[in-house]
Amino acid sequence: MDRPQALIGRAVERKEGRDKVVGRSKYIDDITFPGLIHGATVRSPAARGRIRGISFEGNMPWDEFTIVTAKDIPGHNHVALLMNDQPLLADGFVNHPEEPVLLLAHADKYLLEEARRCVKFDIEPWPAVFTIEESLARKELIWGQDNIFKSYLVEKGDVDSVWNTADFVVEGEYFTGAQEQLYIENNGIIAVANAQDGVSIWGSMQCPYYVHKGLLPIFKFPDDKVRVIQTETGGGFGGKEEYPTLISGHAALLALKSGKPVKIIYDRAEDMVATTKRHPARTRHRTAVSKDGKLLAQEIDFVIDGGAYCTLSPVVLSRGTIHSAGPYFCPNVRVKAQAVATNSPPHGAFRGFGAPQSIFALERHMDKIAQVLKLSPEEFRRRNFIKDGETTATGQVVKDKVDMQALLTKALALSNYHAKREVFTEQNQRSKIKKGIGFATFMHGSGFTGSGEKYLSSVVGIEGTAQGKVRVLAASTEIGQGTNTIFTQIAADALGVAGDVVEVAQPDTKFVPNSGPTVASRTVMVVGKLVETAATGLKQTLVQSGFLHEGYSSRQFEEAVAGYVKKFGQLKAFSQYKQPPDINWDDAKYQGDAYGAYAWAVYVAEVSVDTVTYDTHVDNFVALQEIGKVMHPVFAAGQIEGGVAQAIGYALYEKVVWKEGRMINNQMTNYIMPTAVDVPPIHVFFEEQPYSRGPSGAKGIGELPMDGPAPAILNAIENATGLSLNHIPLLPEDLMEAIHD
Amino acid sequence: MRAHLPSYEMKTPASLHEALTLLANEPGKWRPFAGGTDIMVQFEAGKLAHRKFLNILNIAELKGITKDKEHLTLGALTTYSQLQANAVMRAEFPLLCQAGSETGAIAIQNRGTLGGNIVNASPAADSPPALVVYDAELELVSAQGVRWVAYPAFHKAYKKMDLRPDELLQRIRLKRNTAGAHQYYRKVGTRRAQAISKVCFAGVARQSKGLLSDIRIALGSVGPTVVRIPNTEAALNGKKLSSQLIAQARNNLAAEITPLDDIRSSAAFRVRVAQNLLEEFLCGIGSQN
Repeated sequence: MDRPQALIGRAVERKEGRDKVVGRSKYIDDITFPGLIHGATVRSPAARGRIRGISFEGNMPWDEFTIVTAKDIPGHNHVALLMNDQPLLADGFVNHPEEPVLLLAHADKYLLEEARRCVKFDIEPWPAVFTIEESLARKELIWGQDNIFKSYLVEKGDVDSVWNTADFVVEGEYFTGAQEQLYIENNGIIAVANAQDGVSIWGSMQCPYYVHKGLLPIFKFPDDKVRVIQTETGGGFGGKEEYPTLISGHAALLALKSGKPVKIIYDRAEDMVATTKRHPARTRHRTAVSKDGKLLAQEIDFVIDGGAYCTLSPVVLSRGTIHSAGPYFCPNVRVKAQAVATNSPPHGAFRGFGAPQSIFALERHMDKIAQVLKLSPEEFRRRNFIKDGETTATGQVVKDKVDMQALLTKALALSNYHAKREVFTEQNQRSKIKKGIGFATFMHGSGFTGSGEKYLSSVVGIEGTAQGKVRVLAASTEIGQGTNTIFTQIAADALGVAGDVVEVAQPDTKFVPNSGPTVASRTVMVVGKLVETAATGLKQTLVQSGFLHEGYSSRQFEEAVAGYVKKFGQLKAFSQYKQPPDINWDDAKYQGDAYGAYAWAVYVAEVSVDTVTYDTHVDNFVALQEIGKVMHPVFAAGQIEGGVAQAIGYALYEKVVWKEGRMINNQMTNYIMPTAVDVPPIHVFFEEQPYSRGPSGAKGIGELPMDGPAPAILNAIENATGLSLNHIPLLPEDLMEAIHD
Repeated sequence: MRAHLPSYEMKTPASLHEALTLLANEPGKWRPFAGGTDIMVQFEAGKLAHRKFLNILNIAELKGITKDKEHLTLGALTTYSQLQANAVMRAEFPLLCQAGSETGAIAIQNRGTLGGNIVNASPAADSPPALVVYDAELELVSAQGVRWVAYPAFHKAYKKMDLRPDELLQRIRLKRNTAGAHQYYRKVGTRRAQAISKVCFAGVARQSKGLLSDIRIALGSVGPTVVRIPNTEAALNGKKLSSQLIAQARNNLAAEITPLDDIRSSAAFRVRVAQNLLEEFLCGIGSQN
């Protein structure tokens, strides 16, 4: 029997890998249409104010340009998200620097750039707020009644009953900065639009159905008059979750008015200055502990800076809130969380989605408490790790077969932690280079938070082709992380066929069902499971109709599919997500099963701090995690390595320099991401405790590696220098001040 | 790309003579364009104000490395890669090789030129501190002939040079007198590669019978031009190294540089790191003997 070898768990070839390597893949800027013209966005120079006038200056043939303002919007002037508060084009008022005010299009893209410089706005400046502190102090009311987009309160037990009797109460304050996603391919969209046929969008994006939903109210078109097609996408990291909706709206407005296809491509400077970044955050901890090292109460005050409009901030806040108490058991927990408004461009989705911020605070704070207790960071954590059957901050009973004790033991052994701690202490006395080692222990929930997956109710289809192949129909996008390949592995194994029998359809809202957004580490665990179920359904149809007989070969399978399609015209199977009855979440109380499953991890960082240049270099990194099932060993390791590198940037290099709400270092020469020589060897290890509801037991891993490195690195810096530093990015300038103050 | 491409013009002269004639006839109108590694960044950003360029990259007289007993002479179009590959450079002028190896990426090192690095006149450039401590001389050529100037006096103020609009930098000459000298170069950038410097330090010194002599120190990114620090040097020459002397040198240095706060770093950081580098340089002399 030539039943093919299972593909899951093997490093099979990347589905679209050859096309990418030889340059055959078509990214949005490689695509053109007859008569296509170029679009550009003219943006607010002011952080906040009233638009008094717009003038068109210079020696420009203005009559050749398509010009769009808010007045040209046929339907609603908003980007459809949670609150619909963000206009597509500013109408009378601006609320952040670089806010889109006016759109231009012209066939000559060089002239277009010249024209963009010749549009001048007269703006009456209004007072603005630029920091979390200013926003909370209501220095100026810039959004709603109180500058607050969203707040949550999580209550477990009664923290207030503990403070007076606890042996120790330890407080700390922690800050994390903004971060730019820096996908390789900048944002770009092409739109074709007319009143009869509606709008079609091609572009670089993570979530075609978000764009679809976003375009409907702008044009008041019915569902079937908006079509969205994802083209090959060079990375997203969350930066192409919600933002492409706005660019699509712009391109479509220009296309409708000009009657021509319109392409809008952001260059790096525009992408950096205008699009979303990771939310800056401030976290305060107040923790009661007993002298034998048990957590008694955690009070956590978590605030994120949402920028000028609500966008996704409530959801980012939610994930940050739920992760803020970490993988520990504490009987009494209170988390107060707020997302506040400031006059900077809206902050948005970015790998980790609020969790890296609150986990940074917690894992620094755990080291601080350990010091107060005169326990090692290791021992203090060991006394508090959550165990099977214990409850998290939201009261979720942990059912993962997780053993954080064993995970920690293994990670510390793999990194030679204890021996290094001793050797470094001794060597540092004689050296200008101070070495240190530190770690963080954490978990990351897979899939949408709380009832999110229930509301999404994602659908995946699989269809047979006349040639006998099967095609996976999903809106989940390949953005470099391996969706095409992993869906192929899952479908092929479920069908018992070779990988080349499976195709993955290009996400196109006209042909694929809504499998939900490509975010939240959900594509393998949630959507992948739907692929598996749909494939099983398709196989059952073939067997029950007599086209396929158990013990079939790949070839016989293809014949069966082709035969079925020939006879019945089509072969399709669908699968829809249903929330399992034992997953319960209370949105009002913010209690219950926050995530179906978590990935668990221990990360160990080794650093050198140069006291001549105040430079911190990460010398070595060990990343150990339990992720259910390694679907593809190369992709899985790649996710971890890439995430760790990105998080090293977050911790030590990538500082957004703000001036009155505007990023002023919006170039890659001045926004410093680590290069290959700044990133150490990253040693990746996996443990597998299969999750019953993931395909082959898989849980999510995409965001996990963003969470742990920053606190592990700052814990290592404290080990090296004795300095307790609690904000990131931690630049050499900051370290110098800390050392000499 | 934000530049309006049709507004720019570039001419490629067939010879040095043609280039110099053009520069003489229309002084200031044509700006030389060699590797273009900095100009293209401004162009891409739509911030390149000058519109007319003279492509000199193919002019033979501006190329090549020659040596005699006393000097090593580099054509202005010598790339960072070429200077690192030269055996005499590596043996006698390691600081300049190191500067070349830490400039940009390999692609930039293959394209960017030493002459371009000099006349672009960025105070944060990597090679000028090394050229200053080597007492480099520059050969400037125009339709009227050639003249030699001492490099340490070449930069007059921010982006102001001892260079007329009708002149081209033709060659850079280095005295082969570094044998036995202690040499030190350290660029402190924003990361380990592909970085612009926050402080750049080059130093050479000799020590005999325990006494320091012939100290030359230059720094980048701590003022409007690359700077030498004559008072600090004078207070070290003829002295015996000690922790007191080093402490005094640190103080002298702080009084001689005028760094700014900017997008890459702070003045306070630049002063302190410059002092630390000075100390590392001086301690290195001590440990060598």
